[in-house]
Amino acid sequence: MKRIGVFVCHCGSNIANTVHCEKVAQVAKDFPGVVLSTDYKYMCSEPGQVMIQEAIREHNLDGYVVAACSPRMHEPTFRKCAARAGMNPYMVEQVNIREQCSWVHANKEKGTEKSIDLLRMGVAKVVKNEPLYSTTIPVTKRSLVIGGGIAGIQAALDIANAGYPVTLLDREHTIGGRMAQVDKTFPTLDCSACILTPKMVEAAQHPNIELMTYAEVEAVDGFVGNFDVTIRKKARYVDFDQCTGCGACTEKCPKKVPSEFEMELGMRKAIYTPFPQAVPNKPIIDAKHCRYLLDGKCGICKKVCPTGAVDYEQKDELIVERFGAIVVATGFEQFDISAYEEYGAGKIPDVITGLHLERLMNASGPTAGKIKRPSDGKVPEKIVFVKCVGSRDEAKGRPYCSKACCMYVAKHATLLKEKMPNSKSYIFYMDVRTPGKNYEEFYARTQNEYDAQYIRGRVSKIFQVGDKLIVRGEDSLLGRPVEIEADLVVLAAGMDPRGDAKDLARTLGISYDQHGWFTEAHPKLQPVETHTAGIYLAGACQGPKDIPDSVAQASAAAVKAAGLLSKPELTSEAMTALCDEAICSGCGLCQSICPYKSIEIKSINERYHGQMRQRRVSNVNQGLCQGCGACTVACPSGAMNLKGFTNDQILAEVDALCQR
Amino acid sequence: MKYGLYPGCSLNGTGIEYGLSTKAVAQKLGIDFVEIPDWNCCGASSAHNRDHLLSVALPARNLALAEQHGLDQIAVPCAACYQRMKAAEVALRDEPTRREVGEVIEMKVEGKSRTRALVEVFTNDLDAEFLSSVVVRPLSGLKVASYYGCLLVKPAQVAIDSPENPMIMDKLMAALGATPVEWSYKTECCGGSLAITRPEASLGMTANVLKYAKLAGADCIVTPCPLCTSNLDMRQKAAEGLLGMELGLPIYYFTELMGVALGLEMSQLGLTKHFVEATSLLKNTPAAQ
Repeated sequence: MKRIGVFVCHCGSNIANTVHCEKVAQVAKDFPGVVLSTDYKYMCSEPGQVMIQEAIREHNLDGYVVAACSPRMHEPTFRKCAARAGMNPYMVEQVNIREQCSWVHANKEKGTEKSIDLLRMGVAKVVKNEPLYSTTIPVTKRSLVIGGGIAGIQAALDIANAGYPVTLLDREHTIGGRMAQVDKTFPTLDCSACILTPKMVEAAQHPNIELMTYAEVEAVDGFVGNFDVTIRKKARYVDFDQCTGCGACTEKCPKKVPSEFEMELGMRKAIYTPFPQAVPNKPIIDAKHCRYLLDGKCGICKKVCPTGAVDYEQKDELIVERFGAIVVATGFEQFDISAYEEYGAGKIPDVITGLHLERLMNASGPTAGKIKRPSDGKVPEKIVFVKCVGSRDEAKGRPYCSKACCMYVAKHATLLKEKMPNSKSYIFYMDVRTPGKNYEEFYARTQNEYDAQYIRGRVSKIFQVGDKLIVRGEDSLLGRPVEIEADLVVLAAGMDPRGDAKDLARTLGISYDQHGWFTEAHPKLQPVETHTAGIYLAGACQGPKDIPDSVAQASAAAVKAAGLLSKPELTSEAMTALCDEAICSGCGLCQSICPYKSIEIKSINERYHGQMRQRRVSNVNQGLCQGCGACTVACPSGAMNLKGFTNDQILAEVDALCQR
Repeated sequence: MKYGLYPGCSLNGTGIEYGLSTKAVAQKLGIDFVEIPDWNCCGASSAHNRDHLLSVALPARNLALAEQHGLDQIAVPCAACYQRMKAAEVALRDEPTRREVGEVIEMKVEGKSRTRALVEVFTNDLDAEFLSSVVVRPLSGLKVASYYGCLLVKPAQVAIDSPENPMIMDKLMAALGATPVEWSYKTECCGGSLAITRPEASLGMTANVLKYAKLAGADCIVTPCPLCTSNLDMRQKAAEGLLGMELGLPIYYFTELMGVALGLEMSQLGLTKHFVEATSLLKNTPAAQ
């Protein structure tokens, strides 16, 4: 039998008020294996810990139980205390008689009884504890940032400035993301490109940053400190080593395609750079529209290229690289407004979205900054904004607030008035939400100095009569229906997760919510970590965010990633799952339930009735396993055990509880 | 093709043109409509305001009769009848409701028969190629505003098409050679249920439907609903007075326009029974000339 010590803590009066701590310690003396049982006012204090360490040496203890607060509070303290006395830290059990007993009960007798029960269970378990050891893993001192919007750029710059190499990956062929499409930023109204492009250039020129644009993550293997990432570098059909970015090919290309960057309000060529400040500023060929790649005719770009950089034979390339940490910054998509048929969205050309208006306002946009409505190029005078389109609307499956729309609408109304003093903006809203530094002041200015008329109520219908758009809605403050004849309607479309966000989450082994936003490890205390160690979140991929929030989160994620990379080696989790191969039937249930992709099925050879045979069993990768225990519950044969919480230990606790 | 037919009260009364044209078109297309024997009122417009069980039991009896006679599919021309019958069909999917209703109507009802709106039968069940092959008098040049009303597209459990921008009848009109106009009042309320109790409120709503069809450039309106039709047709004069504009929009059932395109006689289709003169527009289409 192991020699067990019991230490009951009073926690000042926190526990002692509702529990007879002396009595608990007294009763515990008779539990099997207990050679010492005592109580003390503050076990976590220095004298308390010294007392425990002396007892370990004096009584030659194999393990001990401390009945005190929650293990979430002090388990690390008491484990370290054991280690200092030469005991394996996993030979300690902490029984919670504070949060789950004294704090929630009033009756001292019953509280004492419950504490005794809990302690009996703890002692029964610790008898079956085995020393556990964590191993160390080397760390690959490189980071991958997926997504080159403002969040990804900021994260990459911060990690790079901390001294670690970063690969900044973007599926588009330029970095910049959504912010590059935006004209001005709230609440300062500084030009978006003017503050973004220096960062893009800095990222491109930083000695620690490798840009990898027009590339996508295909697969992720390995684990924290050593992710093996398979990346598809898509064919650009232009050799970037030879291309000088002179632009002759784009100029001569005969094929025009609606520009995605301009929200299809303008055209681009089939060989193109999306916007003048693109980084890298070299064109690629859009294979879906290139005449030569489609039917072998044309070839003009190749003819005009002075350096022979055009290469129609280029193919996608798959590479595998190893990274220690991954920052996910894949951003958002604008909600597809065509779901709002009652607003004529997607049907009436002059019912547009916020991003469309950004492009119409932008000096380098399709209208050179002049506000012209898409249908007939007329300059609008009456403009109606409808807020919460694809946000806060259960009927469209979007119950959440998209957070940035209230402010961007205020910005739009201000800028429209500045550009066109005779114009008038009407803004239909449910609530105006402006919680941000200087946001409320900006909103007040929009109303007071820029003449925007805010109407509280929903719009029921938008339709076209002649060249006017009739907007019908309710003014819920006046309790009356309202009708406005508008020239242009802007729907403040909310944010959606990327269409393929869930696929990426599965590839990375991170979790996402019902909408597809990536889930942080803890909504308050771990806002940039994921449940998968070594993978961090930045920007709107985790939930709707504006630019300042995205940048702040990106820097936070960078600190986490750099912190990880700064470690010489990583200590792996000691309490991991272990498969008993003798019982395992190889059914694979554990493999499919494992959220960390740490279980693989392997073949083993064994002797069976004198003959060799092959059999499939589960194998847990100890570096990947986070000790969540899901596999142990799924395992039908009980072969899967979580070290420190084995089936045997838990049954011992249940037995102990039933012994009273 | 064989279907049960539930004519409801209007197809022999206010909507007699709908009844006449439905039968004539079905015959021409070789569709076999068997009228459900001994059918009763669907309960529309009053039953569901008084008593939920009654509103399910009334149409459930018709469904039970259809089952007894082996009619798997029931074509329902009237939009109000369709909505009540379909709502009953949906309600009867619930086993306890089915038992309760069975006791009330003293008949076995399994909910096997499918309720179909007539407009669905004439579009979705007919091969588009076949339809264009039987059109002998294409309605070329006729600009039609398809008006669906509320009953066929709401609520979602019974809807035959999108509640905001249904297209099923527009496509049918295009197949007949007509030009469907883009307009925004396809599913707005015509005010039908207030026509008796609050005529002034109802008239305003009717007038708006007519006005926006006119503004969209339509020559006429086509509907699948007797209640809408009587509102838009019978009250059009009063609406003209209210709006202070001339409308002159004939209101057709889609079956009437089908009949004309199929080469049937106008009188046989009931086109002479309209309030707003309905024949000359059709006589003047380029195809007729």
